[in-house]
Amino acid sequence: MRVVLGEDLYLLREGLARLLEAHGCEIVAAVGDGPSLLAAMLEHRPDVALVDVRLPPTFTDEGLKAALAARERIPGLPVLVLSQYVERLYARELLADGAGAVGYLLKDRVFDAAQFVDAVRRVAGGGTAMDPEVIAKLLARGASEPLGMLTPREREVLGLMAEGRSNAAIAAKLVVTERAVAKHTSNIFSKLDLPPSDDDNRRVLAVLAYLDR
Amino acid sequence: MAGKFGQRRGRSLLRSWFTATGHGWALLGVSVWHAVVFTFVIGSISVSSIGAGLVLLPPSLVLLRKAANAARQRASKWSGVEIAVPYQPLPEPGVNFASKTARLWAQMSDPQTWRDLAWAILDPLVGAFLASLAAGLFLYGVYGYVIGIFWDPLTHAGMNDWYTFIHVGQAGHLTFLRWCAIPVGTAFIAGSVWAAPALIRTHGRWTAVLLGPTTQARQEALTHRVARLTATRADAVDTQAAELRRIERDLHDGAQARLVAMGMNLGAAEALLDKHPEAARALLVEAREASAKALTELRELVRGIHPPVLADRGLGDAVRALALDSALPVEVTVDVPGRLEPAVESAAYFAISELLTNVSKHAHARSVRIDLWHRDQRLRVTCTDDGRGGAAVAGVDGTPVGAERAGGTGLAGIERRIGTFDGVMAVHSPVGGPTTVTLEIPCVSSLAKTSTS
Repeated sequence: MRVVLGEDLYLLREGLARLLEAHGCEIVAAVGDGPSLLAAMLEHRPDVALVDVRLPPTFTDEGLKAALAARERIPGLPVLVLSQYVERLYARELLADGAGAVGYLLKDRVFDAAQFVDAVRRVAGGGTAMDPEVIAKLLARGASEPLGMLTPREREVLGLMAEGRSNAAIAAKLVVTERAVAKHTSNIFSKLDLPPSDDDNRRVLAVLAYLDR
Repeated sequence: MAGKFGQRRGRSLLRSWFTATGHGWALLGVSVWHAVVFTFVIGSISVSSIGAGLVLLPPSLVLLRKAANAARQRASKWSGVEIAVPYQPLPEPGVNFASKTARLWAQMSDPQTWRDLAWAILDPLVGAFLASLAAGLFLYGVYGYVIGIFWDPLTHAGMNDWYTFIHVGQAGHLTFLRWCAIPVGTAFIAGSVWAAPALIRTHGRWTAVLLGPTTQARQEALTHRVARLTATRADAVDTQAAELRRIERDLHDGAQARLVAMGMNLGAAEALLDKHPEAARALLVEAREASAKALTELRELVRGIHPPVLADRGLGDAVRALALDSALPVEVTVDVPGRLEPAVESAAYFAISELLTNVSKHAHARSVRIDLWHRDQRLRVTCTDDGRGGAAVAGVDGTPVGAERAGGTGLAGIERRIGTFDGVMAVHSPVGGPTTVTLEIPCVSSLAKTSTS
């Protein structure tokens, strides 16, 4: 996998590069500010770009803006945004174009290397990786009618699905069979009145759009 | 080129004359109304000895205030003279006799009420004179033409045969002088074109004499403002100090302690690595978990100091993010160009956050609306909920905390928070709702473009 890194703190940039290289990725560019990040993304067209939200020169949401601008020029360019904070507002902006291939994670998720690399691969493959904290907020807020009809187990499955995990991954995490997960998901979709779909990513985007109403 | 310029200038002169003359007529008409209002108030006062005044006086005073406020607005719109509204605050209108009397008394004892009254009777004289000059000069000029040309039938119809200082006819004979009426009339017309806007400006200044604050009132307002700023500054300093202590404590007991524990764990793991690799692994896992917890704590702490979205995007998007995280459906409209001063942004953000918390705790509302806009160097925020109302600000003017919404201290806290910036808060919350809280904070906006994609 060819990766572009945008992170201004040297320690974290090096740490991420080392981690990804250990998992067989190739770092084609590692930059520390917004304009050069945008240039690197457009020039290298990486399999995935890892982007920190807050970058120089403005130290505002420079990285997020660069990611959105790059995806405007190259629709569906895989971007995984990393931040010290997760904001629903930013998650919404990343998901707005409906093209998928986006991720939005807390920097702490890097601690669990296997999980993190899995998220990177998922985004590179056109999937989604949403931070559990964003999903928890979405679920907590939507204690509305249809969500209230879900069983606790179904809510758990819904949360994992919204993070962007496949049926197989959910099954492994909850230690149940994939058949059981498939049954849960089809129940969830009929209860929430969502169009059924076999495409993992389309399914995730539908769930996220539903939760973010 | 010069010709063009002259044409443009002539056109704008004519336009300003037209509007000024129109305003002159309007002021003339409205001054008659002021005389009517004056008569109504004086009449109500004179019959108050037989008790009818208590019925007639309140509406007559409302009418007087309305007329005065309308005149203040006209002065600002037509003459560019800004007149501050100098009334003393009134107690809320009540339903029972006692509160009605208290309100009436407060109105009667406000010196501005009497200045209004003086203005209402003088305006038909002074104001009308100024206003009618603006309109009348022109008419008199036109009359010069009329008398110069149609002198004969006019004098036969019994009209006066003088035009200003020109005796246009004598004993039924035309004099050559009658033709002089035309240039003199022209001079009057030209004079009116030149003088009308100035007269309307003078009228605005005359209005300010009686309807604007007196020097004493201005001084009192300043004294009051200084007192308020001193109090809010002391509050701000205390709050700031308390905040710093809280941050220090949180760091000390939270992240710092966790980092110490992590260091110990790592040291122990290092010692165990060769002999008991399994135990060392367990310690390493523990250290990693501790670091994640420390990070979570730091995140919460930073959010409480300065929310990241506020730093990145400014007030509008920060409030939108607040709305997204709120348990209630919140509709946000933002009309704030550029970025505001960071301190004001922060104060407004936390005030709005507090308002939302208040609503979800006490109001039993189904939905909330927040509107932000920035005009005339002031940030205005309104927060409207469809809850059960009855909110009150504790400790302001000795108002008891609304029984419906105990814990109105939140509102008082917000008032203190924005008071530091000369901001004001108004709460309108009838029992049964809806509740509207309005905040207004003076501040400038940098028109730095912040695009929100």
